Amino acid sequence: MHHVVLDEWNRRPGWLQKRDARAKLVVLLAYLVALATMPRLTPQAVIGFGALASAGVASGRLPALGVALRAGAVLPFALFFAAGVWLSGATGKAADLVVRSYLSAAAVLVVMGATPMPGLLRAMEWLGAPRFLVQVAHFLYRYLFVLSEQAQHMRLAALSRGLDRGGFRRSRSLWRAAGGALAVLFARSQARAEAIHRAMLARGYAGRLAELRNERMEAGDWVLVAAGLLLCAGVRTGLAYAG
Amino acid sequence: MRDSASGEPLIRVRDLRFRYEDGTAALDGVSFDLYPGETVAILGPNGSGKTTFVLHLNGLLRGDGEVIVCGLRLEKRNLEEIRRRVGLLFQDPDEQLFMPTVVEDVAFALLCRGVAPAEAEKKARAVLARVGLEGAATRPPYHLSAGEKRRATLAAVLAAEPDILVLDEPTTYLDPPAQRELLTLLASLPQAKIIVTHDTEFAEAIARRAVFFQRGRIIAEGSVAELRRLYGWTARPARGDTTAPEGAQPGSPR
Repeated sequence: MHHVVLDEWNRRPGWLQKRDARAKLVVLLAYLVALATMPRLTPQAVIGFGALASAGVASGRLPALGVALRAGAVLPFALFFAAGVWLSGATGKAADLVVRSYLSAAAVLVVMGATPMPGLLRAMEWLGAPRFLVQVAHFLYRYLFVLSEQAQHMRLAALSRGLDRGGFRRSRSLWRAAGGALAVLFARSQARAEAIHRAMLARGYAGRLAELRNERMEAGDWVLVAAGLLLCAGVRTGLAYAG
Repeated sequence: MRDSASGEPLIRVRDLRFRYEDGTAALDGVSFDLYPGETVAILGPNGSGKTTFVLHLNGLLRGDGEVIVCGLRLEKRNLEEIRRRVGLLFQDPDEQLFMPTVVEDVAFALLCRGVAPAEAEKKARAVLARVGLEGAATRPPYHLSAGEKRRATLAAVLAAEPDILVLDEPTTYLDPPAQRELLTLLASLPQAKIIVTHDTEFAEAIARRAVFFQRGRIIAEGSVAELRRLYGWTARPARGDTTAPEGAQPGSPR
């Protein structure tokens, strides 16, 4: 079974992957706040924040091109809003919005690529995110795999019955079939989700997910927090002063 | 017929009836006892109510009738204790493995019970070693092979140290060597066991008593060999035997 690429990045033997999720989340927040509060995004600022994100890519042994391309997923949304800003006459701000969005997405992707989702969710809870919200996110993540597996099973079944034959001429009927398959996929996924919930109840689940975890941050985690905060603050204040 | 019949039954079910929301009668007056140390095989065709029945044994389904587990009546206030006593292995391992790593999944029941994380992890790793999965502790469950998933789910059940093991189709997805390993492992466990299976060879190797479900009722009880003979319920036809197809329909005694 194929799973999301982030899962593969999480397992890479990088320094960043070994760090506590809480440390990474604190540094990410500092980065986002520093970037968002820059009065104006000069070329030096873009280079500075880009360098910080690149440091994350390098320390996590993540594929730079992969991160760069996937961060581009935010561009359609950013461009949509930027178009509104541009039409109102603030052309500089429109470009600014797109670049900020892209850099933010890249930073989030670096942290997500270097941190397994459950750890990230625990860190969110530690930072004060509501427990209910975190649990919902946990199950969404778990069911994402369920959905993905069901979809792949159905795709294989369809391929085995000649889905890829007939080409463009059959595209209309294929779309119809895909619509039906989507409905079946959700129905099957719901049944699977219910079964998983039943299995949890059978083993004593009573509404709270306890975890095996090391509560203490190590020296390397504190180094990351200190260095991350200092660098973000340094880039933010230095560039703002220079600008 | 019991392995070591003694005293009160661990599970006592009387006149259990259950209908699904669509009105389908899944159980129609089932009565059943399980005694300490005993292993009972539940046989029967697909849709005969076997899985529905075992889901009642730790309160995942609630029908009409009497279900008493380890002296506890199946009621809301007893559910937590009953679920601690009855370890339920589901047919599909993917439905049972839901935590991010194998060791977390195995420790799940212990953590739910309030065992300290360090202690829970120690126990979970010990059980994983027992089922031969010590090297998979930190792997995500969805990366395991089908046989490994089955062993992981069994470890998850065993970690909770239940008094009764209820195994729904435990040999599904397992190749013959893995089935033999499972058989050896189960035979070494002291708990009373209920095993739902279509695999009569496996059932015969581990259970001295069997019950046969059909249309939501237990229609026969005896040894696995007797029921197999009675209902033509063979895992595979003997060489050259064209009169005993796999899964021959029960209800036509031969």
